[in-house]
Amino acid sequence: MKQPQDASAVIDIRALHTRYGKAVVHENVSLAVQPGEIFSLVGGSGCGKSTLLRAIIMLLQPVSGSIRVFGQEVIGLSDESALPLRRRWGVMFERGALFSSLTVAENVAMVLREHTQLSTALINEVVALKIALTGLPADAGAKYPNELSGGMRKRAALARAIALDPELLFLDEPTAGLDPLSASGIDELVKSLRDVLGLTIMMVTHDLDLLWRTADRVAVLDKGHILGIGSMTELSQLDHPLVREYFYGPRGRAAREQAWKKK
Amino acid sequence: MTAIQIAQLEIETDTASVPNSVQVRCAGAWTVQGIAPLEQRLSTLSVPSASKLAIDGSAISALDTAGAWLLHRTIRTLEQSGTSVRISGLRPEFNTLLQLIAARAGMAVPVAPVKVGLLASIGQPAWHSLAGFSGMLAFIGESAIVFLRSLAQPQRIRWRPILHNLQTAGFEALPITGLLSFLMGVVIAYQGADQLQRFGANIFIADLVGLSMLRELSPLLTAIIVAGRSGSAYAAQIGTMKISEEIDALRTIGVVPQELLVQPKILALVIALPLLTVYADVAGVLGGMIMASNMLDISFSVFLDRLGEALSLSSFLTGVVKAPVFAVIIALVGCYQGFQVSGSADSVGRQTTVSVVQSIFLVIVADALFSIIFNWLDL
Repeated sequence: MKQPQDASAVIDIRALHTRYGKAVVHENVSLAVQPGEIFSLVGGSGCGKSTLLRAIIMLLQPVSGSIRVFGQEVIGLSDESALPLRRRWGVMFERGALFSSLTVAENVAMVLREHTQLSTALINEVVALKIALTGLPADAGAKYPNELSGGMRKRAALARAIALDPELLFLDEPTAGLDPLSASGIDELVKSLRDVLGLTIMMVTHDLDLLWRTADRVAVLDKGHILGIGSMTELSQLDHPLVREYFYGPRGRAAREQAWKKK
Repeated sequence: MTAIQIAQLEIETDTASVPNSVQVRCAGAWTVQGIAPLEQRLSTLSVPSASKLAIDGSAISALDTAGAWLLHRTIRTLEQSGTSVRISGLRPEFNTLLQLIAARAGMAVPVAPVKVGLLASIGQPAWHSLAGFSGMLAFIGESAIVFLRSLAQPQRIRWRPILHNLQTAGFEALPITGLLSFLMGVVIAYQGADQLQRFGANIFIADLVGLSMLRELSPLLTAIIVAGRSGSAYAAQIGTMKISEEIDALRTIGVVPQELLVQPKILALVIALPLLTVYADVAGVLGGMIMASNMLDISFSVFLDRLGEALSLSSFLTGVVKAPVFAVIIALVGCYQGFQVSGSADSVGRQTTVSVVQSIFLVIVADALFSIIFNWLDL
């Protein structure tokens, strides 16, 4: 595979190897994410998509290779020197990972309190704005995460992820477990975040509809290798049995036709 | 890292060209990191009423949602006080953002936390503890029904979890129980030796250590150790299972959670705690014996002879008989508090604490009741 050699890339991964105990998760993975791009990782369950995400956001130490985010090497970075970097990205976890003892508003406010010097009144207003931006009703702010439905929890998690107006947003399965209506709401949301706020978005998803509608480029992972990187249209012409099954299985076909109709 | 850019503001009252007009020039990075110093100035920004305000945003280098909100809020406040505001020079993408914020602003209402009044703050906990009491009663009732049902159908008893609990709550507690009980025996002998020596009643050290350990200390000590070790574990395990909906899953599979999670724990503790108590008896007396030979020169054989005279079967039994009762209390309280967990990770911690405090409290209360009953019965 061609090595990406791009200085302007927001995320630049080269020759990454990771391991969980003895199980090899990634072997020689390289990819680059350009500014303003919606980049998506796809692949079967257990192919190491989420692990790759965790390696980028420094929750997991790879064995070898290099991961540069905003041009800075993150492997082996100390917590202290990672702080400025962490302020520039937001992460939305698959199951929300909202702090269960805080209300939704407090969850979002916590990030702002931790990292800015704004007054409490302004923080509360910004929090309400973020909650509204993600499409949650205003009264959701006073609720605790366990009082919310799955879709609302996802939105609340997204509100927390964009609390600091990050330049880079990581989404782990943003639509998993949502009804089609909420899921297409998330599609729109992801697109508008990128278009209006100019975010770079890296997501992990199985949702083919979401991929066709939002993703600019997609990387297909299988057994720790990248099978291909490209736009959905390019990938759907790729001649690999797994990729073909992915795109031309019954679900893949329906989603593709849906996307064509929209265009 | 580049230094954080700060949002800037220049206000010039330009009455010369157009009467009653104010020019505001915004510059710099209007971002969540940069607007803090500006906030105060903008909130006190006063413009003569019914004047015209022109905002020049051409020098804004960065704008994010927080900055756009501040800008929007300021414009809205000014417009409400009758100033006409005109904004110009914004970059197109910033303009889009500002419009988006303006569109969403109506929905962005900060919710004030609910304030609880004095009466409510007294009433709610009171009601809560009443409800907790009736819940506890219901839980005891349910456990009793499950127990009776499994007596009628012994094949329903789950032996595997019972054995597992016997190992974790019983066998694995042996080292700590033995050590603490041994030390307790040492301490009692050490404290008593001095007093007894004064009266020349050295040999009664065997009575002192034997009776106090067997009747009171080792059952109580063992119960407290097990409450801290296993009662808390029960609460945390069941609580976590409740949060992750595992309890609900059990119900849907058709397994009564009580039968799988509570009953084996109760039965295992009822078996394990008396055994642990006997073990603690032995360890405690051993500690006293070693201390007696060290401090009072009472040999092991003399000590054991005296011990045989001092202790009757009833003094041994009064101790051991309490253990199953303590076991039921510890297991019931631990499991009940586990089921009381709701929602948050906080709640797991809280209920675990409550389970330990409550079971130790109830164990000591039960111990006091036993003392009264044994006194009546002249044991």
